[in-house]
Amino acid sequence: MSKHHPIEEQDPRFKIANREAIIGVILAIINFIWWYGFAYGLGSKPVEEYTYVFGLPAWFFYSAVVGFLVMLVLVIVVVKTVFVDVSLEDEEEKGDMR
Amino acid sequence: MIEPVFLSLVLFLILIFIVGFWSAGKLRKKSRFLQEYFLGSREIGGFILAMTMVATYGSSSSFLSGAGAAYNEGLGWALLAMTQVATGYFVLMVLGKKFAIMARKYDAVTLVDFLRLRYGSKAITLISAFSIVVFIFAAVTAQWIGGAHLIASITDLNYTSALTIFAVVVIIYVIIGGFRAVVLTDSIQGVIMVGGTLVILIGTIIAGGGVTQIMGDLTAENPNLVTPYGADGSLTAAYVSSFWILVGVGVVALPQVAVRAMSYRNSQAMHRGIIVGTAVVGFIMLGIHLVGVFARPVLPGVEEVDQVMPLIAMEVLPAWLAGVVLAAPLAAIMSTVDSLLLLISSALVKDVYLNYIRPDAEERKVKQMTYIVTSVLGVLAFAAALTPPDLLLELNLFAFGGLQSAFIWPLIFGLYWQHSNKYGALSAMIVGVGSYTLIHNVWPEPFGLHSVVLPVVLSFFAFLVANLLTLKRT
Repeated sequence: MSKHHPIEEQDPRFKIANREAIIGVILAIINFIWWYGFAYGLGSKPVEEYTYVFGLPAWFFYSAVVGFLVMLVLVIVVVKTVFVDVSLEDEEEKGDMR
Repeated sequence: MIEPVFLSLVLFLILIFIVGFWSAGKLRKKSRFLQEYFLGSREIGGFILAMTMVATYGSSSSFLSGAGAAYNEGLGWALLAMTQVATGYFVLMVLGKKFAIMARKYDAVTLVDFLRLRYGSKAITLISAFSIVVFIFAAVTAQWIGGAHLIASITDLNYTSALTIFAVVVIIYVIIGGFRAVVLTDSIQGVIMVGGTLVILIGTIIAGGGVTQIMGDLTAENPNLVTPYGADGSLTAAYVSSFWILVGVGVVALPQVAVRAMSYRNSQAMHRGIIVGTAVVGFIMLGIHLVGVFARPVLPGVEEVDQVMPLIAMEVLPAWLAGVVLAAPLAAIMSTVDSLLLLISSALVKDVYLNYIRPDAEERKVKQMTYIVTSVLGVLAFAAALTPPDLLLELNLFAFGGLQSAFIWPLIFGLYWQHSNKYGALSAMIVGVGSYTLIHNVWPEPFGLHSVVLPVVLSFFAFLVANLLTLKRT
């Protein structure tokens, strides 16, 4: 008898869990591209050529402020529409309780 | 200035002790001591989950040294800090439901528990527990030093008495309340941090004459302060981007964060935790670091930059409000220390003592051991903080990167790769920590990247190679 517990891939909840984990990775990639693109795309210009939004340099405003808000909206939309409620309890335990 | 600050600190301590005693009441009622003490019986709701996550990865380092670094480096540091927004959703999504389900299946109470049951290897269990004890102990001591300095600076107590008060409060608190008390304090702290950050930010903008005025002043002083590259242009895109690993996605592998990802009640709590967590971590990080940047023209010439936050709060806010707001960094340090102390104690009691020394220990004995171990750890950390050995401070700088390079792939592959085995995991841990130690000491910032990046990559390949070579054996 081994103490090693392989993951039982047939559990249908794992399909949902795997999809949601991939969504997390995709969101992080989008977040990184947005953050990097605006910060270094607009921020590498000489300071004299900077434009300003609400007093902040445009690179910072779009990268850090708008970037954060965009990610927040994406996260809310994804969680509300794609994420699924599943029971986290162990199957057998659940059976016992009924 | 002393009185309102002191008063709000006392009020704050009273408040958290009420929470502690309430949690102690819960602790007595629960039948399964370890599950309750180290995990709050997996009953944590969405809002509290979000707050405790944010408090755990944010901690005092952001509130004090983060604002200080932004004061020195300008907007470039605020940009760097925003890499942490990802933690708000990434940790809970990627560890996600799979981790929560597996942890329940295994009846795992700690990250080490999960690794032990997943891979069935004594070596992995002991190396994991050992690295948690060493790294986290160093982190606890460093936090205590910070906390004692903060109390000393705002109350006129000397360092030793400040440390003593702090230590006694923390030890009693952790012992009576356990995980539930710690996450509840995290929530109170999170609320204070959000409110405090907003108030200080507004106050600083007004004191500086508006954002446009402040940016003008900064540009006049040193144009680099408004670029992404830091005050002397040394914050390169590669270096700043590598913080995506150290304080962004790599955070999944920190044991104190992972344990929270198995503590929530149900999937609704997780969903809510993701949304609230992302909003809160983004707001706090943006706010704190903007305060640091904006404080420069308002309060020029601050030498001890960790003091920027307390100084600017006293400068721009009425005394009583500054007092309330300054309870926040103290709260941050306290909750970090609490959760780290609990983590070490779980590694020793649950992962080592119960697995290998006395597997048949009865509940009463386990309880006794837990309280003894936690108290002894607290006293040791107190002693270490009185005259901190250099090695310990060195280890603290090293701690988070070390834990990440040790745990990230054993955890991720363990969850999502059915054929991952103990040989892969063990190789990943050894290569990760080994190469991190080496790089950190002899080749800092290879290729302009933070020293954590390369070990994480190497550890990935070590896992793959060792695992594929031994695939037939398991």
